[in-house]
Amino acid sequence: MFFSRKDARVLTSAVAGLAALGFASAASAKVDGDTIILGSAISLTGKYSTNGIHAQNGYELAVKMINENGGVKVDGKTYKLKVVYYDDESTPARGAQLAERLINQDGVKYMLGPYSSGLTKAIAPVTEKYKIPMVEAEGASRSLFTQGYRYMFAVLSTSEQYLASSIALAAEIAKGNGKDPSDVKIAMAFENDPFSLDVRAGVVDDAKKYGMKIVIDDKLPRDLSDMTATLTKTKALKPDLLVVSGHSKGAATAARQIAELRIETPMVAMTHCEAAKIISQFGAGATEGILCPTQWSETLSYKDDLFGTAADYDALFKKTYDGYKNVPYQAAQATAAVMVWKDAFERANSFDTEKLRDALAATDMSTFYGNIKFSEAGNNIAKPMVLRQIQDGELKVVAPTKWASSEVRYPRKPSY
Amino acid sequence: MLDNLQILIAAPALAADLLIQGVFIGAIFALVAYGLALVWGVMNVKNLCQGDYVIVGGYIAYLMAQSGINPILALPIAFVLMFMFGWVVYLAVIRRVVDRDMFTSLLATFGLALLIAQVLNLIFGPEVRTAEAGFGTFFMADGLIAIQWVRLISLGLAGALALGIVLFMRHSRMGRAIRATAQDPRAARVLGVNTDQVYAFTYALNAAICGAAGVLVSLIWVIQPYFGIVYSIRAFVIVTAAGLGNLPGVILAGFGLGVAENMSAFLLGAEFAVAAVVSMLLIVLIYRQIQLYRVRQVVR
Repeated sequence: MFFSRKDARVLTSAVAGLAALGFASAASAKVDGDTIILGSAISLTGKYSTNGIHAQNGYELAVKMINENGGVKVDGKTYKLKVVYYDDESTPARGAQLAERLINQDGVKYMLGPYSSGLTKAIAPVTEKYKIPMVEAEGASRSLFTQGYRYMFAVLSTSEQYLASSIALAAEIAKGNGKDPSDVKIAMAFENDPFSLDVRAGVVDDAKKYGMKIVIDDKLPRDLSDMTATLTKTKALKPDLLVVSGHSKGAATAARQIAELRIETPMVAMTHCEAAKIISQFGAGATEGILCPTQWSETLSYKDDLFGTAADYDALFKKTYDGYKNVPYQAAQATAAVMVWKDAFERANSFDTEKLRDALAATDMSTFYGNIKFSEAGNNIAKPMVLRQIQDGELKVVAPTKWASSEVRYPRKPSY
Repeated sequence: MLDNLQILIAAPALAADLLIQGVFIGAIFALVAYGLALVWGVMNVKNLCQGDYVIVGGYIAYLMAQSGINPILALPIAFVLMFMFGWVVYLAVIRRVVDRDMFTSLLATFGLALLIAQVLNLIFGPEVRTAEAGFGTFFMADGLIAIQWVRLISLGLAGALALGIVLFMRHSRMGRAIRATAQDPRAARVLGVNTDQVYAFTYALNAAICGAAGVLVSLIWVIQPYFGIVYSIRAFVIVTAAGLGNLPGVILAGFGLGVAENMSAFLLGAEFAVAAVVSMLLIVLIYRQIQLYRVRQVVR
């Protein structure tokens, strides 16, 4: 043996060091000829793969449309966009590694976000460290916006807004029926995880504002999906509003058990109705009247010059990608994130990351996805959360009233 | 907590409802734990992919529901398919680790658990799935007691399955061979028992029981490729609480866990359900230590 094991280790690290140097020279590849390169670690496999792929499709559709319609104009020259992706396997640790790799090895200077709050939480510290601006579209947790991140911007509404609109709606209905909003009794069941607890915090804040009474406040364990104890309590205490949030598992369990136990609460709101496909799984009758928040709906009257109206985007997306019956909002907001980048490049008229950061911070635009304007913390404060109701097996926008396409049905009249 | 107790006192029917629902939940855990106790007791293999067999069974029911067949009929099919699958896994993996130390079998079955979850994810995707038997619910005491038919049927099927296995273990030739091997594999071998076959059969039987439980899980709750661990953990808790080699105890502990979990979810709030159950396990273990200590003193 010529080398001892220690020698071999020294040699390997020397080779790795050389390789790193080689990559470092490639670091100027942020703009490659007439192409601006964006980077994203996204979940293409693992438990978030479905939504990760929706997001990737959203990014790609935006890139395609921007490139086909005049590209991005910086300093009198026209550039095309391209996104470099890595699969983060739905694991935060891998996501953080890949963000390092995108920035250090591939020289990416402009980032798009990953899928989910968890992954965004893992990647944001990396982009902050290297002062690389990131526009993210899939991390809604409000804890992302309390860290003082300077280089992260999010186009979507934050998680505490998800079900807060149902509280406002309940108050509105109570007033309409000649009752005081403070008479409204609320039952809450939230999964014990960061996202759902954020959603809960928003509900609690708004309930307090109206002086409503919270009669049940259950935090469902993360593992087992049984809600019978909570629903039994609901039967005994007869609240006016039942709110549930626990990802797809929570939505599927709640929809099934609400029907099985014939819960007669006049108003029920839950997150993830669409992801859990509760209408097709449990039937239009059993899910009638359930309120579902969404970031975006194709029936909204938002529009822009690139995609046209929300409905135009919907049609184009379905034409471009096979197998979509409904366009998920995860795709729409990913598209919006790329549009924010284009807008920022053109306003900054530069490739300098600091100038771009300032341009991003000053974003104020209208898109098919909604208006986009960032707060100091980086979250979008110009777009409200939309509330849809299941009416005869279809999701109809019922709140906010400004964009509502249908009247809210109260009380809900399911047929179990 | 007190106001929740007041609700129960005011409406005792609700307490009955919680008890019944707890028994339903417990029945499924009892099945999964029974399989684990079998494999643990006979082969001394701590099967960490227990829950993943449950999920595979759930997907068999889901597939049948998708093709328009009532998923309750998936029970015998899942039983048979998972029996074969268990036998194959025994020949491929478990056989090589059965005589090794504890960590080898833990690692091997943990690897299997990861593998099964990832393969399921590749085939079915990460979405949450359910299978609908469409049996409805019947109500008693002014709607305060709700009994889902599918849960009642599950309880009956779980009971029948458990009874069948107990009878099989007691009276059949294979059952006796399994018990003999559990007592002393070397002596069993000397007396002409083909222990390799007994191990294969035991492991396959465990997979089959889990598969059947999985069908019931998909009918009652939801399945997803990564939910197996929930059932693995609970099976371990139940077997530990009941004590190894105490098969009737495992079934009782399964029911106890279900009822305790449901009751504490109502009284203390859902977030404390698991904590309450784990605290009870702790008390059982401490109590058993005290008892053992007494025995040790007598022996001394």
